[in-house]
Amino acid sequence: MLRKSLALAALGLALSFSLLGGAALAASTQEEPKDVHWSFEGPFGKFDKAQVQRGYKVYREVCSACHSMDLMYYRNLGQKGGPFFDPKYQNPNENPVVKSLAHDIQVKDIDQDTGDVISRPAIPADKFLAPFPNEPAARASNGGALPPDLSVITRAREGGAAYVYSLLTGFANPPAGLTLPPGKYYNPYFPGDLSSSWHGKGDAPKGGAIGMPPPLADGKVTFDDGSPSTVKQEATDVVAFLEWASEPRAEERKQFGLGAMIYLLIFSGLLYASYKKLWKNIEH
Amino acid sequence: MSGHSTYEPKSGLEKWLDSRLPILRFTNDTIITFPTPKNLNYWWTFGGILALMLGIQIVSGIVLAMHYVPHVDMAFNSVQRIKRDVNFGWLIQGMHANGASMFFLAVYVHIFRNLYYGSYKAPREVLWLLGCVIYLLMIGTAFFGYVLPWGQMSFHGAVVITNLIGALPVVGHSITTWLWGGFAVDDPTLNRFFSLHYLLPFMIAGVVALHIWALHVPGNNNPTGVNVTSASDTVPFHPYYTVKDGFAISVFLILYATFVFYLPDALGDAANYIKANPLVTPQHIVPEWYLLPFYAILRAVPNKLMGVIAMGGAIASIFVLPWLDTSKVRSMRYRPTMRLYYFIFVLDCIVLGFCGAHSPDDPVFPISVSLQLLDANLNSFVWLSRIAALFYFVYFWVITPLMGLTETPLPVPETISSPVLSHPAATPAGAAASPEKRG
Repeated sequence: MLRKSLALAALGLALSFSLLGGAALAASTQEEPKDVHWSFEGPFGKFDKAQVQRGYKVYREVCSACHSMDLMYYRNLGQKGGPFFDPKYQNPNENPVVKSLAHDIQVKDIDQDTGDVISRPAIPADKFLAPFPNEPAARASNGGALPPDLSVITRAREGGAAYVYSLLTGFANPPAGLTLPPGKYYNPYFPGDLSSSWHGKGDAPKGGAIGMPPPLADGKVTFDDGSPSTVKQEATDVVAFLEWASEPRAEERKQFGLGAMIYLLIFSGLLYASYKKLWKNIEH
Repeated sequence: MSGHSTYEPKSGLEKWLDSRLPILRFTNDTIITFPTPKNLNYWWTFGGILALMLGIQIVSGIVLAMHYVPHVDMAFNSVQRIKRDVNFGWLIQGMHANGASMFFLAVYVHIFRNLYYGSYKAPREVLWLLGCVIYLLMIGTAFFGYVLPWGQMSFHGAVVITNLIGALPVVGHSITTWLWGGFAVDDPTLNRFFSLHYLLPFMIAGVVALHIWALHVPGNNNPTGVNVTSASDTVPFHPYYTVKDGFAISVFLILYATFVFYLPDALGDAANYIKANPLVTPQHIVPEWYLLPFYAILRAVPNKLMGVIAMGGAIASIFVLPWLDTSKVRSMRYRPTMRLYYFIFVLDCIVLGFCGAHSPDDPVFPISVSLQLLDANLNSFVWLSRIAALFYFVYFWVITPLMGLTETPLPVPETISSPVLSHPAATPAGAAASPEKRG
């Protein structure tokens, strides 16, 4: 009875997932994200600290010119699980690397004596500096498009990290017959509907017109550890950083989960044995 | 609660308390010695699972409420702050968000088990009605709760659902405005939804108490649907069912933990990681998976008011089921024809969920030939949901009453013990003539 019931339940679950999975695919008008492999994938996956450090550099030197990360603080970089965590400095506010990374950035503050707006070097407790003071300013500098906040970007897009990677590396010349408005770029991985800009034969190409110019280029970021400065490397690293930032507690979650799973499996086994023993003489 | 109490106060203190507030007697009779049919299968363990899920949701929810800020400018970030900066906030938030899905998964198994074994029939109609009220309160709670993180799907889901009330003639718009606390879903709406989200679970807990009370008057139904006739049909609830339910709960927790620890966002929508923006409408507004079948019924009807009525009717049909079912036999084990319709009905509900997840105009089959009939494309989810919704109502209002009158059930065992002790085929013929003693 148990075997039958469990098999049924598993079947039902599998069925509903395959159905819901189909839902996501059916409506897409963009290319499927590229198949990329990351160290943080899977139940035992962990972040490659060096990679996330390089990714921070890409964000800092390229992305942060237009994209904010409002949920991130410099201290996050040095917290447990963060790219610059140092076991010597359990309190990330004391971590010298984090302090110096923050120190490189000038933030606005109020002078407590005069009330004037002043500039001072950031400290680990400060939020990541946003490139624009407000949304209209961000739009005005980007041809009317709003660069999205990147704090949870890999969670906020279907396809997650693979999607962001595909978008960053997927810029292509528009196919003949596609005329995009000025300031728009063709990207087959970006969701959208290109039929109004399409004058070629057949269906409009997959993808969309994105307001962001191709942000990465070979040699754009020089990595401190000598990693090759290719678009692929830059994209892989910055996506790893963004994935970490989207859920800084992900490693802790998986680690805790392993313990919980082992506990539950043993507990279930014990309960099953007790149940069998207890019911041995009951006809049912 | 019913029948003879076997509790004997031992110490002086227990005797003193028993003559003033017999709470120990109550506990003993309810969860220790309560006579429970010995043939309950694993489908019966979901009652205990649901009680645990309600407890988990209330406790985790109370902790979350200590850190959450119900304000349109801060709600989204406060949830993220819980996941990032609150000690074990990621765990509590993950348990609460995925707990809602697990709660609904368990309640659906519980409801479908009821349908299969005819547990809603006399003398358990009040028990069934209370269960329906719990389910209705759960839908409300889940809806209010989904609005709180103030993501894109939270906001636009709230707009779609609250606008449904506007479909009511004459008073609709006034009620919607009153509910919103303004002329759009905004800060007052979020505040009152938070307040109601905190209130409803305690109402659920109250109705659960009544539900258990109503269960303990007639006692549990069982897979044969035959009434308990003697003490040899039952075992005391503790330790027999505390251990069996405990095992099932533990297995269920493994599934729950898989989502919390390894797939925390699998059941959610990516759009809800984008802060609510009233000016940008997501391409597809869909509710959480557990409400998709009703959403499909709503969209199956072209007229908004009629759609709302159909959706309400779908839930109302569940309420009146005990009076639609004319069969004298409870368990579908002995109703082979009805059992077939039952499995089609289960499939139908899954199909409705599938329809709710898709755009109405999406093709069901990826073929280029459109099945055009007049101006309707039959190869679309809206038409599939129409057919499925029709079967949903036909099952309740036509098949259920008719089958009870026309079908010939298989022989029903005279007692719970007989099908266990002897092969079902060996049970005395003619048992179907008096399958059970009512009430």
